[in-house]
Formats: sequence, structure tokens, C-alpha cells
Amino acid sequence: MNKTTNILLPNAFEFIEDQNLDSDLITRTSVTFWTDVWRRLLKNKVAMLGLFIIVIIMILSIFVPVFSEYTYKSQDLANANAAPSALHVFGTDNLGRDMWVRVWVGARVSLAVGIFGSVIPSLIGIVIGGISGYFGGKLDMLIMRSIDVAMCVPSMIYIILIMLFIGSGPVSIIIAFALTGWMGSARSVRGMILQLKEMEYVLASKALGASSASLIFNHLIPNTLGIVVVSMTMGIPSAIFYEAYLSFIGLGVAPPIPSWGQLSNAGIAVFRVYPSQLMIPSVLISLTMLSFNLFGDGLRDALDPKLRS
Amino acid sequence: MKNYILQRLIISVITIFVLATVSFFLLRSLPGNPFQTETVLSVETEARMMAYYGLDKPLFEQYLTYLGNLLHGDLGYSLKYTNRTVNNMIASAFPISATLGLISLGVAVPIGLFLGIISARKRGKAVDYLCVFISVIGVSIPSFIMGSFLQYIFAVKLQLLPIAQWKGLKFMVLPTVALSLSLLATLTRVMRASMLEVINQDYIKTARAKGVPEDKVVLRHEIRNAMVPIVTMLGPMVASVLMGTFVIEKIFAIPGLGQHFVNSITGLDYTMTLGLTVFYGTFLVLANFIVDIAYGIIDPRIRIEK
Repeated sequence: MNKTTNILLPNAFEFIEDQNLDSDLITRTSVTFWTDVWRRLLKNKVAMLGLFIIVIIMILSIFVPVFSEYTYKSQDLANANAAPSALHVFGTDNLGRDMWVRVWVGARVSLAVGIFGSVIPSLIGIVIGGISGYFGGKLDMLIMRSIDVAMCVPSMIYIILIMLFIGSGPVSIIIAFALTGWMGSARSVRGMILQLKEMEYVLASKALGASSASLIFNHLIPNTLGIVVVSMTMGIPSAIFYEAYLSFIGLGVAPPIPSWGQLSNAGIAVFRVYPSQLMIPSVLISLTMLSFNLFGDGLRDALDPKLRS
Repeated sequence: MKNYILQRLIISVITIFVLATVSFFLLRSLPGNPFQTETVLSVETEARMMAYYGLDKPLFEQYLTYLGNLLHGDLGYSLKYTNRTVNNMIASAFPISATLGLISLGVAVPIGLFLGIISARKRGKAVDYLCVFISVIGVSIPSFIMGSFLQYIFAVKLQLLPIAQWKGLKFMVLPTVALSLSLLATLTRVMRASMLEVINQDYIKTARAKGVPEDKVVLRHEIRNAMVPIVTMLGPMVASVLMGTFVIEKIFAIPGLGQHFVNSITGLDYTMTLGLTVFYGTFLVLANFIVDIAYGIIDPRIRIEK
């Protein structure tokens, strides 16, 4: 009706301030892969129980020997082979040494052997498997054939030979594991690298001129990390088992240094009369292995929801 | 297939050679000699003993003699048990270990597979949780601890079964249970995972869609295909049974080869440790070789790939 309403006057519009235009801004902080994994892991009650037990055991192993009035080798001969009591929480062994302290000092040894005995060989495996898979060719062939040959015989035989050669002790066990345990992870890392090398995003970044080093560190290693972390976690209980096994056949940790394997070996000699001396370390070995297995299972599921069973 | 077998054979022979060489040089470079025991020998006697066993010759010459003897299957004399050869020891003690191992495998394999299958079929039900629980517990308890617990409960407390030794059927129960439990647990785990993977495959749906009866789907299609990864586990399984016999024989005082092996290690009986290492190695390499061939026959993808 009124003509003026149809006419767009210059002042019919006004400028909106810049910040209101940010409608497509991502307001939530971006979730990294590992945060996502952690969230999924938190929901897994069984895995969290495992982690909880592991943390408790670690805390006890750190603090009990520090705050106890006994040391792992101090003797109370008047109270030898005592049953658990207020004076000695877990009782004493045949030399009157306090089992509560010995068990937690032993936990330090067993956990250290478990963790380093699993992580170090895995790291060596990543490097060798990565090199073998990435560069391929004759080197790859040579490495893989040597692994084939070495893996025909179970690593335990080599570990026993190496332990005989370099002598007993926690460090020797870790060295023996490091020398023999990398082959499995080298093989699986190599397999994954071979697969990843063919991926489009690797080709794309090559086409954009990425160097070998940046390909390896930005694409290949991060993508193999998940499986490697799971296999490291699962390797811890088996390293703890191997330590116990070696100590049991007399090749692992030598007395007076306690380890769980060493303690159960000593306990087996007297368990018909003093069962608690065997029960305590062996329950702890089993509980720790169980916790790491449960946690490892949860971690694997969290890393790859497709595999959840 | 011929190439595949040949390739596996070459790897096996090289493995045995490498193992024999590595163990020879590692063991010979150990400090001390086997005649340094509680009873002190005079220098002359010790020298005569060393000469008698050929330990005074240059190392490389000893190595060649040793390899030559090895080719004839001669593993040498034990240094601790006078006048007994390593071959002699193996002949008398290995059958006992083998019996123990075979019975354990015979118990563990069918039960483990059965639990794995049931668990996967009844996924998410109480039975499944029970099986998973059993398998996690079984994997987490080392066999030597299980063995001593069984001894304590069934022999010391309940007095139902003999505590140790190897004199008949009753004596076999506890060591067999101790040795087979972790194996059974591993098998349950692997079989369950493998079944769950197979169940979701397209060919299973196809079989159902074309009206194959349920029991045939399970028996012919699911279980048969799920068994393939189990075959690859057979080699490591034999190895773990063998390792288990070392400790189980010690706990239950069974006069098998495992115990001799452990004793030879602690007693510095070079030729015995060396001979038994080579023997065990050869045995396992042979087991792996057979498994590899079987696997190649079952799964054609393996032999074509290489």
C-alpha cells in the first residue's frame, strides 16, 4: 500500500558484530583418541577393578617397606615360623623374618621384573619390526627368517641358558627377557606396518613430500601403538609368571632378596606345616596376574570396540 | 605344497643347529667346573677327570667332537651320574614325562574346546560368565602354585589322594589336574573368541538361510572353522606342557626328565643340560614342523601365500 515500505532504505540494515558469526565454531574441546579410550575403559567395571587392585598393590609395595620397623632381612629368631599376628601381620618365615615386609619388598621385585620385562622387549620389538616392515627387501627377509628360526624353540629354553650364563638376579631376568621377548612383537608390528604402508593417507602424505621420519613418527607408530600397548599389558602377567617360574627352578632371584616367586619357592618347602608361608605370596602372584589380565582385556576392548566380546 | 614343506624343513634343521651351537658355547663359558663339589678333589684327580671327559681339549675341538656325536644321536655322558649316558637318561625318564604330558593334553583339549564352544553359544548368559571366570582364573594361577594347593587340600587336609610320586592311576590325578588347568583355560579363551568370530561370518548366515539344520550348522560350519586357530596353538601348547613338567615333576617328586633337567642346571652337569636342551629343542621343533604341515593342509591360504 504505502510505497515507502517497499523501498530499502540505507539504514534499514545494521552491522552485526563479528563474533556472532561463529556459528560453526566447535565449542566442545576435541576428544583425542586416548581420551575416548579412557572414557570407554572407565565404563568397564571389571577392568577398573583390575586397575584398582594393581594400584593398591603398587602403593603397598612402595610404602610398606619404608614405614615398617622391620627390614626384609632383619631376623626375629625367637618368633621364627610365627603365624600371622599383631606383631607380624603375615607371620614370619623359618629365619624369623617378617613376611609382611618381605612380601611387599618382593612385590617391588616382581612388579619391576613384570613391567620392565614386558615393556623393554616390546620397545625393542617395535623398533626392529618397524625397520623391517618399513624398509622391506633383503633386510626384512633376513630379520624375519632369523625370527622364524629363533621362535621354533620356546623362549623359556633360551631364557634358562641366558640366566645360567649371566647369573641370577632381577636385572639378569629383565636382560634375558629383553633378549628373547622382542620377536613376537617385532613380528606383529612388522605385519601392521606392511598394512598401514598401503593406506591412502600415507600415500597422501608421501605425495605432499613427507620425509621417512615424519611418516614413521606421525602415521605408522601412532597407529600401531594401540595393539602394542595391549600386548605390553598382557605381557606383564606372563613376565611375572616367568620370574616366579625361574625363581622356582632356582634360576631367578637369589635369596636373601625376596620376590614372589622366591617366596613361594621357600613356602613350598614348608607348606605342609606352615601353609600361610606359601598361601600369601602365591595368592598375591595370582591376584596380580588376574588384575593385569582383566585390565588388559578391558584395554583391548576399549581400544577396538569392534573386538568387544 | 612341496616347496612349503621343504621351506619348513630347512628352517627346522637350521633351528636345531643354532640351538645346539648357542647352548654349547653358553654352557661351556660358565665359570666353575662340574667336579667342584662338596667333596674336594685333588688337582691331579680333577685333571684326570677333565681329560677323561675330554674337557681339557681346545673349545673348538670339543665343539666339533660334540657336533659329530650329535649327528649320530649321541648326547654324551652325564658328568654327575657316573657311567650313565644322556641318551640312557632320556630313554628311562622321558616316557614318564611324556605320559604325564599326554594325559594332561588329553584332559585339557576336549574340556577346553567344549567350554569354549558352550561359552560362545550361550554368550551373555550365566554359563558364559562362569566359563569366562574359570578361564581367567585358570590363566592367572601358575601351575606350580596350583599343584601345591592341590597337594595341600587333597593330600594333606582331606587325605584322598597320594601327595607325591608316580606309582599308578591314583598318583596321576593331582599332577594332571595341576598341569592341564592353565592349558584348559587358554583353550577355552581362544576357542570362545574364535567361535564368536565365526558365528558372525556370512557363510554361516548362508547355511542357515538355505535351511541347514541347526546342529549341522554348529558342527560342520561353526566348530570346524573355529578349530583352525586352535591348530596353530598346538605347538606352543606342547611347549607349555613341557615347561610345566619341569616344575610339576619337582613338586610331585615324579622321576621324569623335567626333574633331571632342573637338577642338571643347578648341579652344573654340562653335558646333561646341553644334551637335554638339544633334545627338548629337537622335540619341539619336530612338533612345530608337524603342526605347520597340518596347518598347511587344513588352510590352503597358508601354503599359497608363501
